[in-house]
This record gives sequence, C-alpha cells and structure tokens, in this order.
Amino acid sequence: MHGYEFYVDPSRCIGCQSCVNACAECGTHRGVSMIHLDFFDREWTTASTPMVCMHCENPTCAQACPADAIKKGEDGVVRSALKPRCIACSNCVLACPFGVPKVQIEMELMMKCDMCYDRTSVGLRPMCATVCPSQALMYVTPEEAARLRRDIPVNTFHFGNQEVRTKVFMYLPQGSQSLDVDVVSDMWRQE
Amino acid sequence: MAKPPLPVEELERVYGPTLNYTPPGGWTQSAHHAADRLVKTHCCFCGQQCGIQLRVRENEVVGFEPWDEFPFNRGMLCPKGVKRYLQGSHPDRLLDPLVRTETGFRRASWDEALEATSSGLRQIQEKYGRDSVAVLGGASLISEKSYLLGKFARLALGTRHIDYNGRLCMVSAGTAYKLALGVDRNPNPWADIPEAQVVIVAGSNVAECFPITTDYLWRMRDNGGKLIVVDPRRTPITRNADLYLPVKPGMDTALFSGILHVILREELEKREFIQNHTTGFEAVAEYVKEWDPRRTAEMTGVPPESIEKAARWFGGAERAMALHARGVEHHSHGVENVLSIINLCLATGNIGRPGAGPNMITGQGNGQGGREHGQKCDQLPGQRHIDDPAAREYVAKVWGVEPDSLPRSGYSAVEILEAIHRGEIKGLLSICFNPLVSLPDAGYIREALNKLEFFCNIDFFLSETAHHADVVLAGSLQEEEEGIVCSGEGRVIKINKAIDPPGNARGDSRIIVDLAERLGKGEYFRFASTRDIFEELRVASKGGTADYSGITWERLEKEMGLYWPVPAEGHPGTPRFFEGGHFKHPDGKAHFLVADVKPGGDPLDESFPVHLTTGRVVSQFLSGTQTRRIGPLVDQIPEPFVEIHPELAARHSIANGDAVKVITRRAEVTLPAMVVRTIRPDTVFIPYHWPGAKSANRLTHRTLDPRSKIPEFKSSACRIERAGAAPGPNGKPAGQLKVLGAR
Repeated sequence: MHGYEFYVDPSRCIGCQSCVNACAECGTHRGVSMIHLDFFDREWTTASTPMVCMHCENPTCAQACPADAIKKGEDGVVRSALKPRCIACSNCVLACPFGVPKVQIEMELMMKCDMCYDRTSVGLRPMCATVCPSQALMYVTPEEAARLRRDIPVNTFHFGNQEVRTKVFMYLPQGSQSLDVDVVSDMWRQE
Repeated sequence: MAKPPLPVEELERVYGPTLNYTPPGGWTQSAHHAADRLVKTHCCFCGQQCGIQLRVRENEVVGFEPWDEFPFNRGMLCPKGVKRYLQGSHPDRLLDPLVRTETGFRRASWDEALEATSSGLRQIQEKYGRDSVAVLGGASLISEKSYLLGKFARLALGTRHIDYNGRLCMVSAGTAYKLALGVDRNPNPWADIPEAQVVIVAGSNVAECFPITTDYLWRMRDNGGKLIVVDPRRTPITRNADLYLPVKPGMDTALFSGILHVILREELEKREFIQNHTTGFEAVAEYVKEWDPRRTAEMTGVPPESIEKAARWFGGAERAMALHARGVEHHSHGVENVLSIINLCLATGNIGRPGAGPNMITGQGNGQGGREHGQKCDQLPGQRHIDDPAAREYVAKVWGVEPDSLPRSGYSAVEILEAIHRGEIKGLLSICFNPLVSLPDAGYIREALNKLEFFCNIDFFLSETAHHADVVLAGSLQEEEEGIVCSGEGRVIKINKAIDPPGNARGDSRIIVDLAERLGKGEYFRFASTRDIFEELRVASKGGTADYSGITWERLEKEMGLYWPVPAEGHPGTPRFFEGGHFKHPDGKAHFLVADVKPGGDPLDESFPVHLTTGRVVSQFLSGTQTRRIGPLVDQIPEPFVEIHPELAARHSIANGDAVKVITRRAEVTLPAMVVRTIRPDTVFIPYHWPGAKSANRLTHRTLDPRSKIPEFKSSACRIERAGAAPGPNGKPAGQLKVLGAR
C-alpha cells in the first residue's frame, strides 16, 4: 500500500497475542506465526511487547547469510529466505540485532515477518496491524500517524557502534531521537 | 436421575474437548484460501461484538478476514475473534440428537428426541404442576432466539421459571441504572470515550475481557486524557494508567464514597445540574460525609492521597467517564457498588454529554439484547416488567392470549438451581448455558443437576452440564442462523448466516418451534424463519423501553447498526442517553440513591483470611464450551493458575510454579502458583473457565445480591497451602505448566 508505514508502539501492547494468532493465518506461512511477543518480567509487571521484522535498510541478516538467500525487495521489505538457497545455518538468527528470524527446523528454512506483502500488494493492511486491539502495531500514512500519536516515531537504532536504519518505525517517548540499547552507550568511560 | 451415564473421562474421550488447530482441509491444501465468499457478521463471543468477515467455502467456515469498515472495531480483533472460525467443522460438533442410555449416549432421530423431550417435560408438569419445569437461556443467543425462548416458557410450557446466564453478567449494573436513571442501557456510545478528559475504569480487566476498548482508552490518553484504574490486580490496562487505585475486593462503594466525599469537600460538584435534574442528593451527601480519605483508606487499602487525586481529577474535569464491569458488579452489594459510581457522575454532572457518563461494559455477545425481550425471569419483550398490568395486557394481545394466562415473575438462574436442589423444580430445558462451570459452588450445582427427573440440553458441543442430560438436541452455532444482537454500546447489529447447521444438527429456533408444536401450542409459534420472529419482536417491543419497532434488518446492514430505542421507521436511533439532563423516570430526573457500604456474603476470618477473586483470561470465554476446543487459544493459556503476591507466597513457602491448595468453606482446588507483584497481597486470583478438579467455581459461594440476584464471584474467603510440586496434567510437574508469561 503506497505511502503507508508500519509503526510499533511497545507501550500500548496488552499481551493479548491477537497479532501472534492472526499472523499464523496468513497465506504464505499458514499455521506458523512470525511475530514474537515477549513479557518482560511477569513477576513485576504485565507489560509486554510485540516484535515484528524491522526491515532494515541494510539487513544484517542478509549480510550474514552465507548462501545469499535473503533478499530485500524494491518495496524495502526484507523477505524470508529463498527456499532453494537457504541452508538453515541460523547465521541470520544469530546476527539479527532485533532477534527476529526463526529457522523452521522441519522445513529447513528461515522464515520471518515479510510485512504481509501478499496483503499490502492488494490493498490490505498487514494482518497483525489490522487486528491489534491496542494498535501497538499500526499501519497508516505518516500524516495519519502524526495526527494520531503524540510520541515520536524513530527508525534509527544503535547497537554499540552499529547504526541500523529500518523501514519500520518504533515509538519512543517524546524527546528521543534514536534508541541506544547497549549499556555501554549510557556509561561514562575514561579516555 | 440425571447423573452422567459414564465417568466424565469417558464422555470426554468421545465428545471432547478436542483441540482443533487447522481449518477444514488443513493448512497444506491451498483450499484454505479458496473461499467462495466472505460473510460480514460479528464475533460470537463478547459484548464488544466486533465486526468480522467469515471466509466460507461450500458449507464450511474456513477462515476469517478483518472487516475494516465496521466502525466499532475497524478490523481489530482479539485472539478469540481471530481463532473463532476453528469452532466450525469441529470434530466434537454434535451432528445428531443424543438420547441417554445405561452406558452413555446414543444417536437418535429428531422425531424420537423431540418426542422424548416434549413428553418428558409434559409428564413432569402433569405430575408436579406447571412451575416444576424451568428454562435456562443464554446471552450469546441472538435476540430472536431470546425472544422465542421467553415466549416458549410462558406460552408453551406456562412456567414462571425462565432465566439466563446474563444473570452472571451485568445485572447489578442494569438494576442500578434502572433505579437511578430509569432505564437499563449503557448511556454512551463508545466513540465518546476518546472525548473524555478523565476515565475511571473500575473492576474491569479491559485488556483481557474487552480488548478493543483498549484502543478507545489509549486514544483518550493520546488526546491528553487521564486514565484511573480501580482493581485489586494490576491488569494489563494498568500499564498506562495515570493513577492506579488497588481497592480491596468488595470495597468499591467505600472507595467511591470517599472520592465523592472529597469532591463535595472541595465543592467540585455541579450544583445547578443537581438542582435541575436530580433528586435525593442531600441524603447521599450526608452519607459520604463519614467517608473521609483516611477512613476510606483504612477500609479500601487505597492511599488517602490517591483518593484525593482521583477526586480532583474526576471532579475537575469537564468531561469524565466511569466504565465498570464485573469487578464491581459481582458482589452481594453489586447494585450499591454501581449506584456509588452513578452518584459520582451525577454529582459532577458527568452524564448525557459526549465524553461524560457512567457506562457498564457488558460482557456477553448479546448481553444487552438478551436482557431486553423476555428471557429474564421478570420480563416481557421491550424491557417490560412481567408484573406490570399494562405490559401484560399489551404483550398478551400481541401473542393472542389472555393476560391472566401469562405466568408471573419466576426464579433467577441461581435460584432455579436451588429450587432443583430442594426438589421444587424437577425438569429443565437448557440452551447456551453451562451452569456446572459458570455458576458458583459447583459441587452444589452438580448435586442439583443429579436430582433432575428430566433434563434436555440444546447445544452444539456436549458441555459439562450436558453430560447430565436425558436428551441432547444438536443445535446451532451463531454463524448458522440469521438475526440481531445488541452490543454493549446499545447498538443493535445484524448477525448474518454463513452456513447451514452441519449433519443433522438444526437451527435452535427451529428446535424450539418444533417443541412448542409437540407441546400442543404450535398455533402461537408459526415462525418459518428467524425473520418472522424478528418481525413479531418489533411489534412486541413497540411502546416498551427497548423499542425496536423502527428497526429493520436492512437498516441495520446499511447503517452499521442502530442504537435503541428506534420507535419508528426512519427514526435515527438513540446513540446517547440523557442528553439535556432528561432521564427516564416519570419525573424526568435522575435519582441519587444512598449506596451503603456492606460486607460480603463469605466473610474473612482466622481460618479463611485471604480474598479469592475470579475472572477471565484473554484467550478463553466464559465456561469455555467453545474456546476450550480451539487449539491455539488453549495453547496460549492451557490451565488455570493461582495469582499470589510474593509476600503472601513467602508466608506459605510457595515458589512460582508450586502446586497450591486453595481452600474455601465449600471445597478445595489445587493449581499451580503464579507468583506476581501485580495483585494485592491479601488477595488471590483464579480464572474460572475450566471444569472439574480445576474449576474455580467449586470454591465460590452462592450469596446473591438481593436486588439483582447476581452471585458474589469477586470475593470468597479462602486460605492457601503449599501442596508441593504436585503433578499437573499429563504427569508434568505443575511448575512446568505453561502459564502465560510466567517464568
């Protein structure tokens, strides 16, 4: 769907797993869900977060693939591994900074979220972002996103020295420009 | 005798629950996506009634597609809605009527089963009198079936005793709204929620029980509004609450009295509104005088500063809403609890405007509609009272009978089971109700079912209650008959038929009409279709409170539903009640009523020092008759568990995953512990969807609210003991059970 972007707002997630269940209904990977839904620490909180593929501009999974099986389309969507090429080595699983790809052992194939390109190519929103009851997953135009939400969508992430820019946006509290996930980035160290 | 003919395990081997994971034809066949058509309809589960499109191939539901255009949910669905289609073409589906034998059930012809049912019921009535037979219905039935069932009980059986499982839903709210505002309907459309500046969510696990409402609340916060959550548990909706009030179970009236106390002390009340549009304010103001924040804090466990803050926010807002659900309603003083919330809204003038009002979140699919057209023990169609002479005269005329021939008010749901237990009621016809799982004090309910001399159950799966039946009539799923429901908003919507009942199963409405015929009353039931029933319902509701006379099926589809009353064709419907301060009492005013803080019916003492509260999880629905058969939903949360705060757990040396025995004055149940800091340390929680040894309702008690007759599910006295690492199902240690998110 031209002009639409995918937004993730972890703070809205209620852990219902509607996305997980709906993902498994998609035509290209029936019965298998590509979404990760994590509860941070259930003893302390009900907080949870969904994780879809972030569709990196320069995908680490593809860089790490020895079989050249992972391709990014012109639409910026990084596809699941090509079945004739994938050797199920799990390099991509280990390399992805967001922890997204999964190797389906019985199929000897890496599969991951492909942003429902079978749906978006015919004018339907991705399944997870359509059903999500809290709209923690949202698929709208940037103008609509700006109208709906107060927080800031970012698509630049720092993992240590690696900067990753993604097609998918993530909401951060107001004032944030990017997300640093490495403890080191918050440390003061003597030169 | 209505004891199950075989041990439960053997019945379960034949009739399930079996877990269904794949659509008809399986995943691997491309057939999954080759649907003939999409049928626009609504989810069969909760009162949100999300729009959904069912994928249909030949006579099977093979999947779903979100329905973006339906304005309430705009494509959104919870996991139950997503996987609901797996209840179709299910291996457990009853495809023929069953008749009980010495060794189980055998398939029977419709002629035999219907004859056994009509003669079984007739013989009991001849021997013991008309009122020795009762009818139980359900709030998942479309309104046409609810209407038909009420008429069937009154005319075909002539019994006083018909009630429904909506009695376990929002009846305390309905009673309180009728008392205070003159009508039992939710006052605001959901589109009002994002307009509010402050919303209190009281006793409602919105994220798990009404997931779509989450989006409305988050949008309210996006607009700058504040969310206040009142609950003994930090449920997922609390993650973005601006203020959390961890109320002690059963102390809601005290908390809302304390909040109103501060509002009046700070002179935040709307004097002009109170003066012009209400009565009874002074008595309420006098009552809350003693509920200062300090005393309220002592009774509720909510800090005084939080009470002050809630009062200032709610009282200081131009537009404030208070949403409530079973957490405040499931008490022996549930009506008081709701009245205390209504009083808060009336005192601050928060009613009858966009973004302002008290609102009940109705739980069941047709929870609103199912309580409007005569399925309740004291009700005739159009939300009329059965003991009102004018109502009797009007409805009797529509039905073509003498007013005096209509029975008077009968027993409510729990009272019907109690009358069965003491031998007063001997025969039962039940549909869409699984009282063995859903009613309190399950051991007692089982004894009652065992005493029935004749029991017929209409159902699509063999529920735990149906194990006790003499005859089981294979009925229909929601997607197999066409009709209407009324959602929690008060929006009447259209349910479309996707398929015919499979095998020899039949539409519920046809079954009831056939039974009426065999009972010699066919002349009053000349319905060839549910549309015929709807057309009579329109006439029967005309002039009543819930007036549907201007509603047509065509308008519902075209206009995406209509909010009742719709008293004439062309009438736009009534999305918001009480605009301009006009209330539905004869005096046109809202009535403040003193809500007295009262103790519960199962008080704590030294032997039972902990509150037990029960509720739902996101992936199961009510007694689980449908959702415990859907594989992915069962996998999400396979077993019940006991939520325990680490402080309480430590006192009993309980670690996460240990087996814990929960003991009440009635029974004990052993379940795995889920040790979490998201619950008050004086309270434990168990979800109630499961039967047998894992049934939370073995522990609960039968105390009813004297006015609404709702059971007190939300507070029982219990004690807990560590029971070791007792084996769970399949011989696995309980600690290894997969409990959602637990470690």
